[in-house]
Amino acid sequence: MNTPITPQSGEEVAAAVAEAITEERPLEVIGRGSKRGLGRPGNASFALDLSALSGITLYEPEELVLSADAGTPLAEIEAAVAANGQMLAFEPPDLGRLLGGPPDSGSIGGVIACNLAGPRRIKAGGARDHFLGVTAVSGRGETFKSGGRVVKNVTGYDLMKLLAGSYGTLAVMTSVTLKVLPKPEKTYSVLLHGLDVDQASQALTRALASPHEVSGAVYLPAPLAKGSAVPYVADSGDSVTAIRVEGPGPSVQHRTAALRGEFANLGRTEELHSQNSADFWREVRDLAWFCEGLDRLIWRLSVPPSQGPSVISTLMRERPELLYAMDWGGGLIWLSLPPTADDGHAGVVRKALPAGNGHATLIRAPNALRAAAQVFQPQPAPLAALTRRLKDSFDPMKILNPGRMYKET
Amino acid sequence: MPDPDPTILGARQQIVADLRRLLPAENVIAGEESLKPYETDGLTAYRQVPLLAVLPETTEQVASVLKYCNQRGIKVVPRGAGTSLSGGALPLADGILLGLGKFNRILEIDFDNRCVVAQPGVTNLRLTEAVQDAGFYYAPDPSSQIACSIGGNVAENAGGVHCLKYGLTTNNLLGLELVTIEGEILRIGGKHLDSEGYDLLGLLTGSEGLLGVITEVTVRILKSPETARAILLGFGDSEAAGNTVAAIISDGIIPGGMEMMDGPAIKAAEDFVKAGYPLDVEALLIVELDGPQVEVDHLIERVVGIAEGNGASFMKVSASEAERLSFWAGRKAAFPAVGRISPDYYCMDGTIPRSQLPLVLSRMAEMSASYGLRVANVFHAGDGNLHPLILYDANEPDELEKAEAFGSDILKLCVEVGGVLTGEHGVGVEKRDLMGEMFSEIDLKQQQRVKCAFDPASLLNPGKVFPTLHRCAELGRMHIHRGKMPFPDLPRF
Repeated sequence: MNTPITPQSGEEVAAAVAEAITEERPLEVIGRGSKRGLGRPGNASFALDLSALSGITLYEPEELVLSADAGTPLAEIEAAVAANGQMLAFEPPDLGRLLGGPPDSGSIGGVIACNLAGPRRIKAGGARDHFLGVTAVSGRGETFKSGGRVVKNVTGYDLMKLLAGSYGTLAVMTSVTLKVLPKPEKTYSVLLHGLDVDQASQALTRALASPHEVSGAVYLPAPLAKGSAVPYVADSGDSVTAIRVEGPGPSVQHRTAALRGEFANLGRTEELHSQNSADFWREVRDLAWFCEGLDRLIWRLSVPPSQGPSVISTLMRERPELLYAMDWGGGLIWLSLPPTADDGHAGVVRKALPAGNGHATLIRAPNALRAAAQVFQPQPAPLAALTRRLKDSFDPMKILNPGRMYKET
Repeated sequence: MPDPDPTILGARQQIVADLRRLLPAENVIAGEESLKPYETDGLTAYRQVPLLAVLPETTEQVASVLKYCNQRGIKVVPRGAGTSLSGGALPLADGILLGLGKFNRILEIDFDNRCVVAQPGVTNLRLTEAVQDAGFYYAPDPSSQIACSIGGNVAENAGGVHCLKYGLTTNNLLGLELVTIEGEILRIGGKHLDSEGYDLLGLLTGSEGLLGVITEVTVRILKSPETARAILLGFGDSEAAGNTVAAIISDGIIPGGMEMMDGPAIKAAEDFVKAGYPLDVEALLIVELDGPQVEVDHLIERVVGIAEGNGASFMKVSASEAERLSFWAGRKAAFPAVGRISPDYYCMDGTIPRSQLPLVLSRMAEMSASYGLRVANVFHAGDGNLHPLILYDANEPDELEKAEAFGSDILKLCVEVGGVLTGEHGVGVEKRDLMGEMFSEIDLKQQQRVKCAFDPASLLNPGKVFPTLHRCAELGRMHIHRGKMPFPDLPRF
């Protein structure tokens, strides 16, 4: 790999892309490089490193809006909003350690480009739901903008949605505008000990169908719970099912009590208060229990929540050595598998998905495997063709992150 | 609108005959009288009788109609319930109007996965009615919810008074079935979160019928809050009301709803529905808190304290569910209430950063004086979405033109202060020619290239959203000269 190109401004990004087009030289687009191991390894000869495009350019807490250059460290943004009692409500995960790198090293542009969201996704939405506006350089070398700085906006196509989760294959984002929200005053969690995955799924479904505005609903089998740094979880000696409620103090206390009452017949319950709760959900968010043993393969499955347990039991039958966590009330399944199968277990994993309802992404694997396997869920032919035409509409020369998502785009 | 294609107009009889082979004969509407109801949508100033209308009943029929139109080069305008306020479903003289009214069934209610699968012609309110006995509801609630269809809601990314806390259509949508102009049936998303690959669900929401025809929708449903209470707050000026809104949000409170009305809107609504609004204030806020009783009581106390600190001259907390609903009755009837005091009114829909409200209202008052037309304002205060209602009389010469010019000036002002042309009504035909106020030629061309990826011959709802039609071949062209910047003739930033 050659020395990265490090543009200092949006204009320089446009110039770099224009030059890459002229030279027919694909670029690997990176924010701060913490998620280079996500997706397929591309075949770019130069990295376009956006880390110099850094800084918060607008933050109006009372308007719930923040703009920043795309390479701004996520940590800087989180600190700035926290200082005003606010947060990025989609709870962006820090996958640094999971991917074998340092923690706290990602950029805001990277989080959006990968459309990452944490446990609060079920209540607050994902990165795409908080992405209000963008300035970006297309693969044609043209600087365009979309959206704005207000939440209610239907002026033109919502290109932010298309860019969120496009892994830099459509355009190089140079500046992003996000919706921010007040941080909840209090966060409590109700723990249910010793449930099996079916019981846990039923409990989480009931919690999510309650009026208690649950903002986290996760199930950790015993081997994972044991590894938690939060004593109440680690000392469980069994599986832990956790339900999070957030809001003003009196409301959180009321809802915690109501949930504990509702689940009293399921056995031992416990509650986590502020610090323990925050620590625990950070572990869930960042997959703390899969950050050791980096040679194991990590898969991420999105499925209809009620089908989580059946997907898991199918997989357990096929791969008894499987470790898993079940978040989003059953809708998000993380798998950790030994690096033993030639296809990275893709065949078994994807076969376990409910037909036409869900997808599986290979999150962590050696480069060679990610180059050979289908990292993202393969698409039916008409959708794949549409994907290629969309890529073409932004980046006809395939200059930006070619092959990062699918071989042909 | 593009000039009608004489060859299509001339082939009308043949097209009718062909379509009657694809659909039950009575579902192809060709009689002049029967086409009349389709000539306009909620933006009644624009009218055009379509070439003909079709009312397919199955996804396969939609696919065969679109495939046929694509082969023959016939334009297609999709229509849900026809309540668009931006002319999104305005027909074309040489285009087929594709009505989705027969897609009116709820297909599945799935409480375990907290979602409903419905056909696009189902009304917004019916979704909530279908699940409310079990204590659930569908959150986005545009004011037209008794009539507007969920398919139309997706096409326009409809909002409502609760979107500050619960999001717009795009935040509550899980899956779609879409038929492309080529007649291909695509399924996107499902009952799981975050569709794989590019976020087509997000792109299609708000795409105003230009990318495909929606034939099935999966939406999230939520458990209804245990309780809700509303507070009416009156202020001597809009600035104090605006400051109160900012202070509530700064205090970390996101109300379920937060609406503002100005003096003329308050008076019209109070005269109409007797909601108990004070008549001696210039700005009225309705703040609704929802959640567990203990949370609502706690937050009401805090909001009352904030309002007192910002000089509220009137305060009333709803003491019963009936009273809460009466507070809303005035706001929800604001449009018809204004309709009573003026022969016609023109409803605008811009969004601004909230802090710009006093400036925007005072500039609007100046415009009102110079155009000689009255204006009443209702405002989704939490998210900055303004609905100025311009009062005019279509029977007076030039008044419609004046109202439209006034409306354009308001929207330009919204953009000037950092806002946008439309918050929830869509661009349609109404704001098409204002797109240049917000977007450069490059921005618009990129959007049109996305359209080309779906509809290369530009047959789906052409003439809407984009001020200039470009051929896809022309948009796709790239000029590259070794050693030179591409597009030397394009302005760079």
